[in-house]
Amino acid sequence: MNEQTSNETTSFIEQIFPNVDWGQMWEATYETLYMTALSTVFTFIFGLVIGLLLFLTAPHNLWANRIVHFLTGAFVNIFRSIPFIILIILLIPFTKLIFGSIRGANAALPALIIGAAPFYARMVLIALREIDKGVIEAAKSMGAKTSTIIWKVLIPESRPALISGITVTSVALVGYTAMAGVIGAGGLGHLAFLYGFQRNRPDVTLVATIIILFIVFFIQWLGDTISAKVDKR
Amino acid sequence: MISIKELRKEFTVEDKKIVAVDDVTLDIKRGEIFGVIGYSGAGKSTFIRLLNGLEQPTSGEVFINGKRFSHMKGESLRQARQKVSMIFQHFNLLWSRTVEENIAFPLEIAGVSKEERYDRVQNLIELVGLQGREKAYPSQLSGGQKQRVGIARALANEPDVLLGDEATSALDPETTDAILDLLVDINERLGITIVLITHEMHVIQKICHRVAVMEAGRIVEMGKVLDVFQNPQQSVTKRFVSQLTGVKDTLPTLEMLFDNYPSGSLIQLTFVGKKTEEPILTELIRNFQVSASVVHGHINETKDGPYGTLIVHIDGAESQIHEALQFLQSIDVKAEVLSNE
Ligand SMILES: Nc1ncnc2c1ncn2[C@@H]1O[C@H](COP(=O)(O)OP(=O)(O)O)[C@@H](O)[C@H]1O
Ligand SMILES: [Mg+2]
Repeated sequence: MNEQTSNETTSFIEQIFPNVDWGQMWEATYETLYMTALSTVFTFIFGLVIGLLLFLTAPHNLWANRIVHFLTGAFVNIFRSIPFIILIILLIPFTKLIFGSIRGANAALPALIIGAAPFYARMVLIALREIDKGVIEAAKSMGAKTSTIIWKVLIPESRPALISGITVTSVALVGYTAMAGVIGAGGLGHLAFLYGFQRNRPDVTLVATIIILFIVFFIQWLGDTISAKVDKR
Repeated sequence: MISIKELRKEFTVEDKKIVAVDDVTLDIKRGEIFGVIGYSGAGKSTFIRLLNGLEQPTSGEVFINGKRFSHMKGESLRQARQKVSMIFQHFNLLWSRTVEENIAFPLEIAGVSKEERYDRVQNLIELVGLQGREKAYPSQLSGGQKQRVGIARALANEPDVLLGDEATSALDPETTDAILDLLVDINERLGITIVLITHEMHVIQKICHRVAVMEAGRIVEMGKVLDVFQNPQQSVTKRFVSQLTGVKDTLPTLEMLFDNYPSGSLIQLTFVGKKTEEPILTELIRNFQVSASVVHGHINETKDGPYGTLIVHIDGAESQIHEALQFLQSIDVKAEVLSNE
């Protein structure tokens, strides 16, 4: 694109979205991406750990333990059931304690992760249950340690499901960041609510929505692509 | 090599006690191919899982290579398992790994260095005849090829014993034979003791030296394959043997035959070894005043020579039939007069 057409495009966009402050919009987009990326990474880690714990402590499994299994299951079910918006409110004191404030992108992270990790843990459990028992048994018969079974059997063999699970979770997290935005976490949801809704500038809301859609589509595409690539079944 | 003493395994399912393995005592020699045959639910899988500690016995003991396998735990059990490997009915390969990565897996477990792993995997691939398929994923292989990977993987840590749980049951007859040939080859070349569990008499007949027949958790009959074939004692064993001779399949015709031949006798002859090739019937007709016609015939190749069954109709004077039978007994052919009761 040469400079002239680029300028023309810009002015055209300014015409149909008169109220959009693009600097502010990109800033918000960055915040949304930041919150989504970071919370996805932590949700993946915590969800995987909790999911593995749930799986391994189940009856007849490698770490079969009724008490740990029950407690982990209860934790997952409780936090999975609390509506996200209520979770944010419940976590305000905790967030204040860590970050000293409940505003800004970082302050949204605890709620995002605690809200999404149990959700993902459940999907991890389902993915692990799908693994052929015979393969785990084969690894045992070769003299594999539990840690070897986790790293070299459970995780690799459930990879496609683990990836499609984190994709769904990450898409949900984009939605959660928007909700977190309403209570002041920043990002596109915050922008749409504060400027688009409260100040009645629908073009801002529209642009924020379009960007969120792009983010969601991108995440879904990325997840589907990776999941298909690692699936050798 | 493998010494099993008064082995017993109980399961409790909903307060009901199931005895899956009931007081099994037997010894398996070094370098032997030992078969265990039984119908579904007989306790075969439980038995073989007790051998490598995947299941702990309720009572009794398993010694392999002088090591007390039963009741072993933790690191020592894991170490010991590397020398007692297993192949499975459904192969149990990691679909996320290629052929060579699957074969390398037990070597990774054993802590073998990367360079050595590579060399050993190449040798194993050659041994099982999978050259050119190293980079393939299990989903791209046929059943027979998958089992070859399973066998290569099982041999990776140079085990003393190879256990097979229905290792050919998911394969078609031709592939089954190819895999069985491979197992014999491995047994002869590497001297590995092989224990095979199966419900197919064909497997026992083709490669086993000795066989144990299992029913309801117990070993009801055991011995050299040919002896057991020739002289089955228990009704389960007889049923398995008839799986091969096909006598059962011809029973309706047999009944018809009794109608067709109201006189004379229908005799089932069981030949072992060389005698199958000798012209016994010719001799029979020549030396005795009888007529003989073949009603049904079947010959199986076993590891210790051919084994055959023949049903013949012999007619003539009572005394001549009697003498003919005695002649057959004298040359070590088992003759059984069939009756239609
Ligand atoms: N883990 C288990 N829990 C309870 N019962 C079992 C278990 N494994 C096997 N059994 C029971 O033990 C008996 C023998 O089973 P199995 O060893 O699988 O026989 P086979 O391999 O000869 O078909 C069956 O009645 C089966 O239901
Ligand atoms: Mg079985």
